[in-house]
Amino acid sequence: MKFRAKIADAACLNHFTRVSCMVAKLARTCTLRIRPHTLNFILADSAAGGGVSMWCELPQENFFSEFQMEGVSEENNEIYVELTAENLSRALKTAQNARALKVKLTNKHFPCLTVSIELVSVSSSSRMVTHDIPVKVIPRKLWKNLQEPAVPDSDIIEANLNGDLNLKIESELVSVTTHFKDLGNPPSASENESEDRSPEQMAEVQVDIRKFLQFLAGQQVNPTRGICNVVSHKMVHFDLLHEDVSLQYFIPAMS
Amino acid sequence: MKCLVTGGNVKVLGKAVHSLSRIGEELYLEPLEDGLSLRTVNSSRSAYACFLFAPLFFQLYQAATPGQDPLRCKILMKSFLSVFRSLVTLEKTVEKCCISVSGRSSRLVVQLLCRYGVRKTHNLSFQDCESLQAVFDPASCPHLLRAPAKVLGEAVLPFPPALAEVTLGIGHGRRVLLRSYQEEEADSALKAMVTEISIGQEDFQQLQAEEGAAITFCLKEFRGLLSFAESANLPLSIHFDAPGRPAIFAIKDSLLDGHFVLATLSEPAPNSQDLHFPEPCRPAPPPHSPSQLDDFANDDIDSYMIAMETTVGTESSRALPSISLSPGLQGPCSSEEEEEAEQSTVPGTPPPKKFRSLFFGSILAPAHSPLGPSPVLAEDSEGEG
Repeated sequence: MKFRAKIADAACLNHFTRVSCMVAKLARTCTLRIRPHTLNFILADSAAGGGVSMWCELPQENFFSEFQMEGVSEENNEIYVELTAENLSRALKTAQNARALKVKLTNKHFPCLTVSIELVSVSSSSRMVTHDIPVKVIPRKLWKNLQEPAVPDSDIIEANLNGDLNLKIESELVSVTTHFKDLGNPPSASENESEDRSPEQMAEVQVDIRKFLQFLAGQQVNPTRGICNVVSHKMVHFDLLHEDVSLQYFIPAMS
Repeated sequence: MKCLVTGGNVKVLGKAVHSLSRIGEELYLEPLEDGLSLRTVNSSRSAYACFLFAPLFFQLYQAATPGQDPLRCKILMKSFLSVFRSLVTLEKTVEKCCISVSGRSSRLVVQLLCRYGVRKTHNLSFQDCESLQAVFDPASCPHLLRAPAKVLGEAVLPFPPALAEVTLGIGHGRRVLLRSYQEEEADSALKAMVTEISIGQEDFQQLQAEEGAAITFCLKEFRGLLSFAESANLPLSIHFDAPGRPAIFAIKDSLLDGHFVLATLSEPAPNSQDLHFPEPCRPAPPPHSPSQLDDFANDDIDSYMIAMETTVGTESSRALPSISLSPGLQGPCSSEEEEEAEQSTVPGTPPPKKFRSLFFGSILAPAHSPLGPSPVLAEDSEGEG
């Protein structure tokens, strides 16, 4: 199992740092999946996290100038490791004035994701910063829990097929509703569903506002497109797309 | 005694007090012939700090008022610091600062003369005490590093503010290495991240140390002096010896000098042999250190994977290869030290007493001095008051 990659461009490094900061705000511990053409940050659905899950995918070619990986085996050419997301974002943040950043999987007494940064220095000599981020290798038998969640057939949340979206909060003293109009409706995967629904009919789900807020507060990458799907009374699913990075976030309905 | 500080020096004095406040809770003030000395020591006596301001630093310097006994006192650090709390305000509004002792009420009077005729007077109570002395001699340390404060400031930047200890050493190619030091916790499921920065010797004004020399000390306490040195734009010298011997951090200019003496961990950091040989498995490390980061020597974790996957049904973290941990502090004092080390870390206070803190004699109250056959490095004084 080997992984080695390099980022040589400042803009790519900046972007990757921001994605990792965003992930760090959404998940304490997350899984990093490495495949020949993509990197994923995955937070699997867990009771401890309140049922929230997250799936973030990046095409590696858009970030790394060099990328080599060898998965667990030829048939399973993937690597799954678990790490503390904040460690990665902290390591990347020290690379603000870096000439180059290399990341690789190493085994220094325990498995690590080693981030090596060559810093620009005033004098001619270079400065090297190395961060060894401890990782836990996830055995193959657990991989099935970390696959891309299927987006279920969805109704539209607190919204209807006419492009109206309502976000509502209610407390004892006050009830506030924000109305968004004239939003687009993406073509739904299954056409049967939309035929049965009247365009005016609202589908709704009630979610924990703190989780919703955590999701919104974590946004550091302005998405060019966002889709919000809801399974009525079950959960809400956000799918954000920014250029090449896609982030999906699932919040279950409050019981 | 009476002294008057004016202009930009007020802020310098304030900054020094801020630095000292990172170390101890009591400030020892003593006007000497050489200048005004401000000293402090931390509760576990593993860190000592001292600033000496020469008479020329002051517009007026009178160490002793004729007829009065020479002053040797200690003041609550919190109280003294409150006078200089906001450095921004000091810079913008304070024109002069006068420190004197009021003979009658036995108070230390710190007066700030500010713009627009505003005068702020602080009357601080103090306690007479013996002089706080630490025995240390930079000249006796075989290793020396000296660099502009800016270089050292940049060197500690990659480390999180919460990091308690750091290991400083000389690695291959005479590069200076700083590495985060973590207490090994055998039971922790996920270990802590290790950060290391390596700086070429060209960035140092003086580097007199052999490869492999390394010490581990409290970063939080060092930051106290570092921030002062950065604001004063002074070079900082680090004199050190073998692990366990105190390290001396010094700054100096024509008007002042500062010394922070910090205890160091008494045995080498667990992976300090990496400072000799960054790739411990390699038979012959290549001469240029940057290229070592390119090779795959440590990359192959197939054997680890095999070991893990054949361990059926167990949590993967348990299958991590165990590292032989260094034994705790050696020596006759170890049992006391370990007991004391049980105290948890409270933010803002020095780390638990796992450092050997014995470069002081028993000047302070005997009840607090550690037991054991520690060498008495300073004569017993006659006690306080």
